[in-house]
Amino acid sequence: MSVQIYLGGEAEVRIYDNFVEKIRRKKRYRIGELDSILRKSRTKTEARIISVARKNGVPTPIILDVEGEKILMERIKGDPVKKIMNAEISKEIGRMVARLHNAGIIHGDITPMNMIFSEGKTYFIDFGLGFFDDRIEAKGVDVHIYFESLKASYDDWSELKDAFIEGYLTYPKAKDVLKRVEEIEERGRYVERRMKS
Amino acid sequence: MISLGIEGTAWSLSVAAVNEDDILAIESKPYVPKEGGIHPREAAQHHSENIGSLIKRIFSKVRPEEIDVISFSQGPGMGPCLRIVATAARVLALKLERPLIGVNHCLAHLEAGRWKTEAKNPVTLYVSGGNSQIIARRGGRYRVFGETLDIGIGNALDKLARHMGLKHPGGPKIEKLARSGKKYYELPYVVKGMDFSFSGMVTAAQRLFDGGVEREDVAYSFQETAFAMLTEVSERAMAYLDTDELLLVGGVGANSRLQEMLGIMCEDRNARFYAPPKQMMGDNGAMIAYLGLLMYKHGYVTKISESTVKPDFRIEEVEVNWE
Repeated sequence: MSVQIYLGGEAEVRIYDNFVEKIRRKKRYRIGELDSILRKSRTKTEARIISVARKNGVPTPIILDVEGEKILMERIKGDPVKKIMNAEISKEIGRMVARLHNAGIIHGDITPMNMIFSEGKTYFIDFGLGFFDDRIEAKGVDVHIYFESLKASYDDWSELKDAFIEGYLTYPKAKDVLKRVEEIEERGRYVERRMKS
Repeated sequence: MISLGIEGTAWSLSVAAVNEDDILAIESKPYVPKEGGIHPREAAQHHSENIGSLIKRIFSKVRPEEIDVISFSQGPGMGPCLRIVATAARVLALKLERPLIGVNHCLAHLEAGRWKTEAKNPVTLYVSGGNSQIIARRGGRYRVFGETLDIGIGNALDKLARHMGLKHPGGPKIEKLARSGKKYYELPYVVKGMDFSFSGMVTAAQRLFDGGVEREDVAYSFQETAFAMLTEVSERAMAYLDTDELLLVGGVGANSRLQEMLGIMCEDRNARFYAPPKQMMGDNGAMIAYLGLLMYKHGYVTKISESTVKPDFRIEEVEVNWE
């Protein structure tokens, strides 16, 4: 059985032929108390969020088992969205994020790196930083992070951003959230101006 | 070739002369607020009163006619402070008949870090009072992959320090207290993708102190939480960009616990960790002089008419044509 290992910022992902193991290993750089709080709570929350997201029609891998700091899930075979990104996919991401937000889920790390395109569907494969929060502010930050990741990685980010917005407008409160995203951008600049030192 | 650089974006006022290899002379006189945080107008007043004598002291070590280019930090920073620096730089450039180079303060930290370490194409963690960013080169520009959603880590440390009755600069005092901290109190750990936030943590830590928790334990809990966040996002950026080099720059980079955590993280993923010498960490004239030199050698010059200050100058705005 072959295995590929990916060392992410937060967890180790072991990819086998038909399933994926996500293990939150101990991080030596942080103290034991904090380490154990983060690993346990993130694993538990992630498993729950994945199942709620699926119920709300967002393509995610099926969870096979959760054990301590380890999640076993189905392997989605397809193309990394990071590599094949286009306006159509960004629009689809917008539609899926609309569903997540409608269910009160904040993804926490919406970037093309965390998605796989398979058989016409865009799978969200990593909810490691997700949490439940129904406030406009949390949703605004969620969308802001996606826009920032586009800016950092694609020269045609502006077009991809517009496509996302088109898809995201299927969420009833989308306009409020998008307005907040603009405020968050402004806030960043204001803070920078005031607090520079 | 010799470049003279002036730094004065916030509290630090520093003038230096460098050549391609080293610092030839550096003179600094930081503004220290009498109480509370930095007051931009007072800081500017301090800068205007002291910049002349700092330049004179540099000229006593490096003759003015030996200088090939005048560099100054054009932004980001506090407008009143930046204007003093830009004015002094313009006067020198005109008087000595030398080209002027306005440089981006954040980029200067980063390039000076590469200058004084072996880092080649690293992910950079830039941590200072107002700035906390994860930066990496992508093509002809540096990009910010993650940053604080509210205040910089240095300001967060200062706010907590002031609340506990410690004077500016708070960072080193918190570091010292944290060394004797023993008990960890949980604080809001806020990481969103590669972004992060500190203001909620500051409030929660201030409440711990108000509730009678020892200063040492507050400082310890705060550092452990905040630095774990910074280490986590650095690791995420390295994983995302498939990079095995991390460079730490900025004033808060002098903190030895932060260096230790980043070092361990890099060791565990077989990556190399770089931090320039301590005198290069905080805001200083040498980094400005060095970036000015680098840019001048690659064809950059700032016309007087384009030398107005840029308080919101972002690192992404600079086109980078050097290796």
